[in-house]
Amino acid sequence: MPTTSRRDFLKLTAAAAAGGGLMLALNLRASVFTSDDLASGATFAPNAFLRVDRTGNVTFIVPYVEMGQGTYTSIPMLIAEELEVDVDRVVIEHAPPNEKLYINPLFGLQATGGSTAIRASWEPMRQAGATARTMLVAAAAKEWMVASDTCHAENGSVVHIASGRRLGYGALADAAATLPVPTKVALKAPDDFKLIGTPHKRLDTPGKLDGSTKFGIDARLPGMKYAVVAISPTFGGRLVSVDEAQVKAVSGVTQVIRMEDAVAVIGIHTFAAKQGLAASNPVWAAGPNRHLSTADIAAQLAAAASQPGVVVRHDGDAAATIAKAASTFEAVYEQPFLAHAAMEPMNCTVHVTKTGCDVWVGTQVAARAQDIVAKVTGLAPAQVRVHNQLLGGGFGRRLEVDGIERAARIATQVDGPVSVLWTREEDIQHDMYRPYYYDRLNAGLDARGKPTGWVHRFAGSSVLARFAPVAVQNGVDPDAIEGVAPPPYELDDIHVEWLAHEPPGIPTAFWRGVGSTRGTFVVESFIDELAQRAKQDPLAFRLDLLPKNSRAAAVLQLAADRSGWERALPAGRGRGIALCTGFGSFIAQVVEVTVTEGEVKVTRVVCATDCGMIVNPDTVRAQMEGGIVFGLSAALFGEITLKDGRVEQSNFHDYRVLRINESPAIEVHLVRSSEAPGGIGEPGCSCVMPALTNAVFAATGKRVRKLPVANQLASA
Amino acid sequence: MTALLVNDTTHRVEVSPEMPLLWVLRDVLGMTGTKFGCGMALCGACTIHLDGQPVRSCVMPVAAAVGKKITTIEAIGATPAGRKIQQAWAALDVPQCGYCQSGQIMSASALLAATPNPSDADIDGAMSGNLCRCGTYPRIRAAIKRAAQEA
Repeated sequence: MPTTSRRDFLKLTAAAAAGGGLMLALNLRASVFTSDDLASGATFAPNAFLRVDRTGNVTFIVPYVEMGQGTYTSIPMLIAEELEVDVDRVVIEHAPPNEKLYINPLFGLQATGGSTAIRASWEPMRQAGATARTMLVAAAAKEWMVASDTCHAENGSVVHIASGRRLGYGALADAAATLPVPTKVALKAPDDFKLIGTPHKRLDTPGKLDGSTKFGIDARLPGMKYAVVAISPTFGGRLVSVDEAQVKAVSGVTQVIRMEDAVAVIGIHTFAAKQGLAASNPVWAAGPNRHLSTADIAAQLAAAASQPGVVVRHDGDAAATIAKAASTFEAVYEQPFLAHAAMEPMNCTVHVTKTGCDVWVGTQVAARAQDIVAKVTGLAPAQVRVHNQLLGGGFGRRLEVDGIERAARIATQVDGPVSVLWTREEDIQHDMYRPYYYDRLNAGLDARGKPTGWVHRFAGSSVLARFAPVAVQNGVDPDAIEGVAPPPYELDDIHVEWLAHEPPGIPTAFWRGVGSTRGTFVVESFIDELAQRAKQDPLAFRLDLLPKNSRAAAVLQLAADRSGWERALPAGRGRGIALCTGFGSFIAQVVEVTVTEGEVKVTRVVCATDCGMIVNPDTVRAQMEGGIVFGLSAALFGEITLKDGRVEQSNFHDYRVLRINESPAIEVHLVRSSEAPGGIGEPGCSCVMPALTNAVFAATGKRVRKLPVANQLASA
Repeated sequence: MTALLVNDTTHRVEVSPEMPLLWVLRDVLGMTGTKFGCGMALCGACTIHLDGQPVRSCVMPVAAAVGKKITTIEAIGATPAGRKIQQAWAALDVPQCGYCQSGQIMSASALLAATPNPSDADIDGAMSGNLCRCGTYPRIRAAIKRAAQEA
């Protein structure tokens, strides 16, 4: 085994694959969020595998999951580009759980999230493809006894140019496996790309049109039983009693399982289990949070935001600049708890036997799933087989393993496989929520209204401190401060301070757009307010604070141009603009709204996106469209509130999300770029929230500083 | 025993008459293409056709389906409208996660069968009961119009 150089983020080794063919093992080196010891294993530990088999088919085993974001199409495109094969010949297999092997280089753990998949795989996957191609060409050259540079690869074959001889990859794979792995391979220049940057149909579409695609909820096993659960409606509550006789009287119920904080009913089908649960009449001890309300949490955060916290940015002397400024302005913004409400409710199917355990679930964190099930069952991790399924939406919810842990606890008491399903009500009332954030900003302004000093204090949960503590260094949570420390604007005197404050009772987690959705809302709202006070055009005001010719300035200008920014709108209509920089991408959006008697109708969203080099343009468009709809749902209606320690919302009637008749026309304009690829899953969502509220202001003169919009306009 | 005609095949199931058709399809017949989303006819993920009409199977007692023709996502491609809708969905790469798409396609197929050239208002009316969290609405609208043009 060769040792790794810590500078290499990709190491390759070749071996004959089981069943013949060429196998390349890759090491996607950990980099950004990880500590050195995670990343610098002394021996070569591969964490992804590229196999070319004797039929010329290519299999790539990756640690990322498909949850709608198109990764299972983009990654084959990266490999196929360099390997010179048809994309359709590249089959993706999801990696089995192994935290050590399948580390996401941007996270330091096996996870899909944070818009990292393409950012983390861009270089290594192309290098893997190029390395395999180089070895296959060398194998052909050796066979023909010609120099390698007289041969080239095309469409799954190697061709000797002079003689026209040709051998398919399948015929060369065994021989290639015996050759040394080249230490350096040249990657194509962007101008030579044939696949990257060209729209490609998603490889996972066909099964999603006829019901044949299997999600976690679709696991069906011989003898399988069905479980539904009711968890204590009050956070931190305990189950006191349950009417077992009533439950067991329900036809089809096979078992009642009491848990400390929940009751589960098992039946021969979901209906029996649901009927049983409805008859269970659980009595709960409400526990320490029984008087907790959202207002209490908001008050705690408001208090926390005025306490000394961690200084996350300090340039110049903002306090002094504000003290001597021509004028000052202060604003407070509040953003509510949000549920994920993925269309596929939480579920997990588990079969525990004496010698092992099988788990069928769609998860963004397969290795954590394996670990928690091992812990619950007392088995060794290697005895737990996680069969990862396609995800019916992730949005951060499936980065958590609480549902898997609960399913495993239930399964240890059930004979045979059991599918544990959360009703929509459980899914919404026992989510792990996007945290409530409270932000106060102060600016000192010069005579023209331009900010000279900027002080931003805010408080909220540190999700990362719980989720991946290694990523929080010196008390600074890079997620919590995304987009605000510093904001994208040029500010010489800036002070940003945040206080991690965990709310009692309610669990918090990542949510699409992560920290950026909160930070972008605050900064882009505040900047818009400053522009208004300066009586300047919001676009011109922003451009004046951005470096000339910057990518940020360019997307703002592009979005404005395409939206017809200069054209006046009639009364009751308005246009708002916002900028989001993050995940290595630059997004600007212009939202148009019509407001009639407090009802906001979003009519149009124009989105300009510079996400660097684009792998699959249609996927970028889809992610922008999706992010915009997701963000609009949240900004317009989204709010989880607590009363008496319970979540008040329960289903789509009171946790409202956008419907097609409320969905705007969306135009996405992509910037051609040779910069490294940026993330696309989240920034579209982050950008649209302030663009919306800025548009509402333009239409009504009403500034929404506390989301969601619907509440603010209703109370206006 | 209850006899159900699902996708032109008769199935005999022993279930209580009030059991929602959704669970009969998914848990008794093992036809998992029809999805559970909300249980209250709020999201449309469970949409099937009963004699060609779109209904939410999560609130439809199985007794109400007896003697009627049940069509699910697994067989919608055999109908002219369903086939066109699936083709348009593929051409525009509508699905993202795909979970809601069974219901979307069932609602859209019923719309197209009844209204071969639907207006935006027709699309809003027929499709506003089908939620999508991935935000595929712009493509759904475009795909329905494309399918109508193929007619």
